[in-house]
Amino acid sequence: MSFVDLEGVSLTYRLGKATTLALADATLSVAKGEFIAVVGPSGCGKSTIMKLVTGLLPPSTGQVRVAGQRVTRPIKGVGMAFQNPTLMPWRTTIDNILLPMEVVEPHKRRFRRHRAEYEARAMKLLGTVGLTDFADKYPWQLSGGMQQRSNLCRALIHEPELLMLDEPFGALDAFTREELWGVMQALWLERRFTGILVTHDLREAVYLADTVYVMSRRPGRVVLRRSIDLPRPRTLETTFEPHFVDIVHELRERIHQEHAA
Amino acid sequence: MSDWRRNALRIAMPWLTIAVLLLLWEGVCVVFDVPEILLPRPTKVFSVFVVRFDILVAFCWDTLWTTVVGFLLAIAGGLLLGLAIGASPFIYSGLYPLLIAFNAIPKVALVPILMIWAGVGALPAVVTAFVISIFPIVVNVATGLATIEPEMRDVLRSLGATRTEILIKVGIPRAMPYLFASLKVAITLAFIGSVIAETVGGNRGIGFLMLSAGARNDTPTTFAGLFAIAIMGVGMYAICALVEKRMTRWAFRGEIVN
Repeated sequence: MSFVDLEGVSLTYRLGKATTLALADATLSVAKGEFIAVVGPSGCGKSTIMKLVTGLLPPSTGQVRVAGQRVTRPIKGVGMAFQNPTLMPWRTTIDNILLPMEVVEPHKRRFRRHRAEYEARAMKLLGTVGLTDFADKYPWQLSGGMQQRSNLCRALIHEPELLMLDEPFGALDAFTREELWGVMQALWLERRFTGILVTHDLREAVYLADTVYVMSRRPGRVVLRRSIDLPRPRTLETTFEPHFVDIVHELRERIHQEHAA
Repeated sequence: MSDWRRNALRIAMPWLTIAVLLLLWEGVCVVFDVPEILLPRPTKVFSVFVVRFDILVAFCWDTLWTTVVGFLLAIAGGLLLGLAIGASPFIYSGLYPLLIAFNAIPKVALVPILMIWAGVGALPAVVTAFVISIFPIVVNVATGLATIEPEMRDVLRSLGATRTEILIKVGIPRAMPYLFASLKVAITLAFIGSVIAETVGGNRGIGFLMLSAGARNDTPTTFAGLFAIAIMGVGMYAICALVEKRMTRWAFRGEIVN
């Protein structure tokens, strides 16, 4: 039973008279609790998929279904994290993380009266990403990696069934990025939400995902679906194992074909 | 130079600059024997300040309160209008050209009309201060709203936030530094507005004092009026800057900014 379903979805952007076909005939399905990654050359419409699944953009053709419901407008309560951490500089880290609680039902109604309970919950989450001591700091007092950890916490605090990640580790240095893969995996193993990760880092995709989709050049279409049969939890050691490297190679080859075409 | 001396010098700099300028002025007046009616010496202006202190304070007070009332109304109106323009593209396209057209009108031309409506008194000064200082506030607040990161908006929309919630959670806090930055410009404009109104047709305030002193060829008093306006302007600017720093510490990243 799939949780997220894209059936022959395409999207055409219109800017004045010019039209751009950003995504062509994308079909993919994500099972409940599955973590998938979408990779492809830049400008292939990866981020468009994020907007379509969450209903921020309506598809030009085809249909998107989430939890059996056809998506026609922004669906509620999805967790989202972008490359830009988009934390609010006027809120402390913990207040930033509590933001979804002020917006998502049923927490919204309870938030004021049960603030302490929610704060405890946020602190626990901050603990799992190693930010306990930074709860009362402002985002601009945190490093880029810490900001991105807070961003993940904010995306997960309300325990969404669906988490959308748009190159969340793209702007970080290699060490921090690899460390956060571990953090992300631990969170997923604990909560088993359905995850959709858009990235251009193939190792990241293979490390985190159950299934990797490769997209073609613009107009993007899905050209390869690859199940990742590596046991979990995966570690940084895993990334040096031959099987891991083989899979990355295979994906790399496929993307090379796209660039050559 | 030690840190302490560097710091002391930085604080003393504005005063030193003023002192040097006044000395130069005084010197020029003495050396070239400039007639008082053209350019009174600063010491003369200062003595007028002392001799006529009571009158100056009374007239300053009139100017100050009309300015501040007009300015406060401009904050309230500018905030509302700025939020409306920044939040809705329709209101923006409807009101913005009108606002620019209105801002292009020299405010001095409004005063006679205001006097026909409201007579001579405090009201024309308040209204002129209001209309002249509202523009930068509206533009800045609208800019603050319009420059919200699209990702921030997407995060909130996908959480299920309504437009109003996005406005309250992101829009208004985001617009605050822009609002406070505009206040520093707006308060000086508000002084210009009220003094213009007093000068064109009033029976009160520092503008009226300067005009009537000028008519009596009492140039030192006119200059004393100018100094008084400048002092009030700097004082109000300082208050706005202080409020700005207090209210939007995050926008300065916690640093001390002058």
